[in-house]
Amino acid sequence: MKTLVSVGLDVGTTSTQMVVSRLLVENRASAFSVPEMEIGSREILYESPVYFTPLLDESHIDGPGLLELVQREYRSAGIAPGDVDTGAVIITGETARRENADAVLRQLSGMAGDFVVATAGPDLESVLAAKGAGADVWSEQTGGWVLHFDIGGGTANMALIHEGQILQTGCLNVGGRLIILGEDGRVSYVSPVLQNLTDLRPGDHPEEEKIWAVTELLVHSLEAAAGLRPDFTIPRSLITNRTVTLPDASVTISFSGGVADCIETPRKNWEFGDIGPALGSAIRKSRLCAGDYRLGTHTIRATVIGAGSHSTTLSGSTVYYEGVKLPQKNLPVACMEEEDLRRSSEDIFRRIQKEISQWDEPVLLFFPGMGKTGYDDVERLARGIAGAGESLAGVVLERDMAKSLGHALRLLQPEKTLLCVDRVRLHPGDYLDVGNPVGGALPVVVKTLILSR
Amino acid sequence: MNKEELKAMVAELLGQMEPQVKGGDYRPTAPQPEQKEGCSQAFVPDVTQIDLRKLYLTENPENGQEFRKLKSRTPARLGCGKAGARYKTLTMLRFRADHAAAQDAVFSQVPEDFPEKNGMIAIQTCCEDKEQYLTRPDLGRILSEKTAAALKAAIPTAPRVQIVVGDGLSSAAITANAVDCMKALQAGLRSKGIETGKPIFVRYCRVGAGDAISDVIGCEVVCMLVGERPGLVTDKSMSAYITYKAHRGIPESARTVISNIHDQGTPAVEAGAFAADLIETILQRRTSGVALQSEAGA
Repeated sequence: MKTLVSVGLDVGTTSTQMVVSRLLVENRASAFSVPEMEIGSREILYESPVYFTPLLDESHIDGPGLLELVQREYRSAGIAPGDVDTGAVIITGETARRENADAVLRQLSGMAGDFVVATAGPDLESVLAAKGAGADVWSEQTGGWVLHFDIGGGTANMALIHEGQILQTGCLNVGGRLIILGEDGRVSYVSPVLQNLTDLRPGDHPEEEKIWAVTELLVHSLEAAAGLRPDFTIPRSLITNRTVTLPDASVTISFSGGVADCIETPRKNWEFGDIGPALGSAIRKSRLCAGDYRLGTHTIRATVIGAGSHSTTLSGSTVYYEGVKLPQKNLPVACMEEEDLRRSSEDIFRRIQKEISQWDEPVLLFFPGMGKTGYDDVERLARGIAGAGESLAGVVLERDMAKSLGHALRLLQPEKTLLCVDRVRLHPGDYLDVGNPVGGALPVVVKTLILSR
Repeated sequence: MNKEELKAMVAELLGQMEPQVKGGDYRPTAPQPEQKEGCSQAFVPDVTQIDLRKLYLTENPENGQEFRKLKSRTPARLGCGKAGARYKTLTMLRFRADHAAAQDAVFSQVPEDFPEKNGMIAIQTCCEDKEQYLTRPDLGRILSEKTAAALKAAIPTAPRVQIVVGDGLSSAAITANAVDCMKALQAGLRSKGIETGKPIFVRYCRVGAGDAISDVIGCEVVCMLVGERPGLVTDKSMSAYITYKAHRGIPESARTVISNIHDQGTPAVEAGAFAADLIETILQRRTSGVALQSEAGA
């Protein structure tokens, strides 16, 4: 049995957290078959305390402070960056909008380990939070629709899940730290997203009515996003990227994130110097909790556990990577059509040329579609792909044919080896990270930007 | 009681079973569905085309959706429903069709022109026909002197790896998978610079026939693609047996095997590509079978 040590680091609007987990990789096939590697179980080895995210000022993350914090946590966890096989560093919520977010992210992933994914952006965050909260497993077990909200300091990440599959993601600028109280008992911060929605300004006395009006507006937005307040239009500034399109069926609502801890457990107003408790109790009284709802198996830690334990998946076990330098990060994906697998070599070649001419960096070609594959199909595809040259970073297929395709390509172009991965499903706009092989399979992290069926 | 007496008794018993109904006189007593006009020419639907993972026949289930989800993971005949104490007609027909396919796979022949069409040298073991093949496993493992001499003449210098395709217990498996698997295997080995030469097709073949071939031509590795004993899930399952320095009498533990090569198992092309990698390792380590696995610590 093989294991992968995976690190998750979540630098959020309010809090920074780290987890270290161990992923058990098992061969599900018998000794007399082609191996079938899968991640069998996930075990959390270490959880850091929940820290306040170190900030220099409103628009800058305290980079050195954050690096020191992470180094200290690595020591507490008893691991060195060299021990880490995989994982994800994510900068989430409002923190991702800070001016130096990119630079800090690069520094962090550089020190965190060789194959630790660095990312920011609400879509992957929504996926990871939903998985970390166990909302996908819940949906699979009940066979129903689940709408998951991970409500943190600055954003509420949404994921719409059906039978365990995350189908859509969205994000609202709804969180517990959109208004912060200073030590003097006066408002010290009002998020820019609230600019036209409240006249509260830093230095003001936090009038109860005005705070109540803000939390009501936030809750109404959440309700509208869940289809429970159809007559309400969510203010533009509260939509981070988009909301989800709801199905014509009953949907169970599920919560995680720091604010989720304030839904069922009554907290004193301003206990954390922000509107989190007020927002939590407003959610409890809202239409969101009038029907079936549940709290995640993890709440405030959902995103970091998602990043640590659920960011990595495994490819098929018969793939091709001979002579390919691994790990590889941030490979952009060009999606082909299922029909392309049936086209002639010449047509495939032309389609590929057209596709890759739109990119100025090497891309991964993704061919969707399952089905029976004969060797003629492999050879035809290989002839179509060969000659695409330096503009190709590799080939990803949904159907199980990567190893034979790799061999066929090797024969056609002996001087160039091409990464061929299968049993991975990608979408336009995805980026893929590929790690070092485990028992013939490759750990991959799909960095999803858009999810659709 | 002798034979004659027995015959008489059976005849008497049959005679007592009045009234005898001849097929043509049979009239159903229960109301039958009306036969639609113009349907008489239509084919009966092919029950073997139904995906068993999706065929769920239980009436009024407590939670049919969940059962369907479980069913999607196995081709086992679950959730068949029942008619009184018996199977439903569809279940019964499908079962008999699958059973018939399994029998056909054993008794049918790989087409005569198969070896030539795919560039193979065709030979036959010491079995003369299917009946002998099934009753005399020992003859399916050896070659006559004449065959051995002809083989030696056809392959005077041994390749490092000899690919052998044998009908084994399922001709259907070979017809469906052997060529795709072989081509992927050949391409894989060629990409690694390992030569294979002309493949051999063996009729009435048991796995041990590869040992006899290795004795004759003296190759380093024999890779035999052979039809597996068919079951009710598939009649087209093939295995690849890979043996380093095979010779007659070599223990079975010296073989490395990849089983379940078929559409619902490992696809033929990927099995071939995987076998190519495996053979590369076997040539490097100079061993196969259990010894290879324990060495690899797997």
